[in-house]
Amino acid sequence: MRVARIIASGFVMNLKMVGTSSFFLVTSTVQPVIFATIAFYMFKSGGQSGTLLYAALGAGMMGVWSTTLFGSGGMVQWQRWQGTLELGAAAPPPLALVYLPFSLANSFLGMYALAATLLWGRLVFGVPLRLAHPWLFVLSLPATVIALGLMGLVLASTFILYRYANALSNLLEYPVWIASGLIFSTSLLPGWTRPISWILPPYWGVLAIRHAALGGAVWGPLGMVCLVGLCALALSTLTFRWFEHAARARATLSLT
Amino acid sequence: MKRWLSIFFVGGVIAYRGLFNWIRPAMYIPTMLGSPLFQLIFFTKLGQYAHAESRDFYIVGNSIQVCAMSSVYGMTMAVANERWFGTLGPLLASPANRAAVFLGRGVPVLANGLLVSAFTFGIGVLLGFRPPVSAVPALALIVVVTTTSCTAFGMLLGSIGLRAKDFWFAANMAYFLMLLFCGVNIPLGDLPGWMSFVGRCLPLTHGIEAARRVSDGASLGSVAGLVGTELLVGACYAAAAFMLFRVLEHESRRSAVLDAY
Repeated sequence: MRVARIIASGFVMNLKMVGTSSFFLVTSTVQPVIFATIAFYMFKSGGQSGTLLYAALGAGMMGVWSTTLFGSGGMVQWQRWQGTLELGAAAPPPLALVYLPFSLANSFLGMYALAATLLWGRLVFGVPLRLAHPWLFVLSLPATVIALGLMGLVLASTFILYRYANALSNLLEYPVWIASGLIFSTSLLPGWTRPISWILPPYWGVLAIRHAALGGAVWGPLGMVCLVGLCALALSTLTFRWFEHAARARATLSLT
Repeated sequence: MKRWLSIFFVGGVIAYRGLFNWIRPAMYIPTMLGSPLFQLIFFTKLGQYAHAESRDFYIVGNSIQVCAMSSVYGMTMAVANERWFGTLGPLLASPANRAAVFLGRGVPVLANGLLVSAFTFGIGVLLGFRPPVSAVPALALIVVVTTTSCTAFGMLLGSIGLRAKDFWFAANMAYFLMLLFCGVNIPLGDLPGWMSFVGRCLPLTHGIEAARRVSDGASLGSVAGLVGTELLVGACYAAAAFMLFRVLEHESRRSAVLDAY
């Protein structure tokens, strides 16, 4: 009950904070729409107009990842700037539990991206929104968003020790888009990148969402996204404990 | 004149060192080099998947566009961060020539933009981009002109940051909209008329077109019109930016909101 209350209050509070940030507004709605438009024109130019829903879903998922990434990178950094990181670390619940709802809220906000690209595609490019498996789509979407939130939690834990979290956020946006095959197939990438794709929740998440929308096996990727998400949760619990302990021991929590 | 040049060059470098948030290697390498590298790979692979344009089309377009990482964000920081760090008041209270103070900040930003662009072209070569050797000097000149023009555009955004509350919003919007409007990844002919018109009013567009032609073997003389237009666009943005800077400075003084948010 106590855990549920922490998650619920943290989720609502962070949703209010990031929901009023113009930076997040750009990241979660404008940027995905711009990337979706670029992808639409590129696919049309290549004579592949039938794949516009594929492009809309991919661009939306890119937005979900960007929001998660910058949110996760930012939440530790902002708390550090505001002087509230130490209070969170000193509170009785584990630090991972304090940040879990924040990370989930960031990913949840990323769903704006998917809504924006699908709506934009429908209104401006006439992309049909007929889903092959609507109920599985409804199931795949929150599963993917939660898994991305849990991956964001792992990233956030590393930012406790790393002063330049923003740099890592800036760097990791495109590589995850590429390795997860969010908008083009990973078969275009060298074979050695395949294992990297497999450990990324967005890889399985976009497969589940894409198959639910366009047709194909959904349960396999959906199961994998849940599994990888749970692994991320377990890993983040450990990394938060280690990094928090290291920061306390070195007295570098505030990094100032 | 000596004082003017001193403020222009030395002041520009000092301002850059103090105000450019990403100057430390731990920030610079992932942000200014890592991000353009993966941007190039992303769009090249997307183009390949979509069967849209040739690989060189994306390499040239993105290698030039990434100069905006420096031009847009760097210039925005170089001006708007004065206000953020609380040093705008003392700066504007000084009798220093405003043109030297303002325009001098563009020099390090320009140099940085060239470095980022050259680095990305280098990655393009690793991906198989092979322009004729004779085209390299012309290509270099076009990159210098385009980066200058883009820096002037960054100055305009930076000036807005003197008054706007959230200058990152404008910088982010500008960077991503340039990807769409400036023919970086989509030929202007494939865009609706109004979008290609907007693109032609922005920096990068003519420079990228000229660079693509030169990479395909055209002479510098045959793209002189495009290069000249790019330079003209840059000059217009520089003039607009300086005027806006002076207007906003005057207005901020008059209404006593110099450092207010």
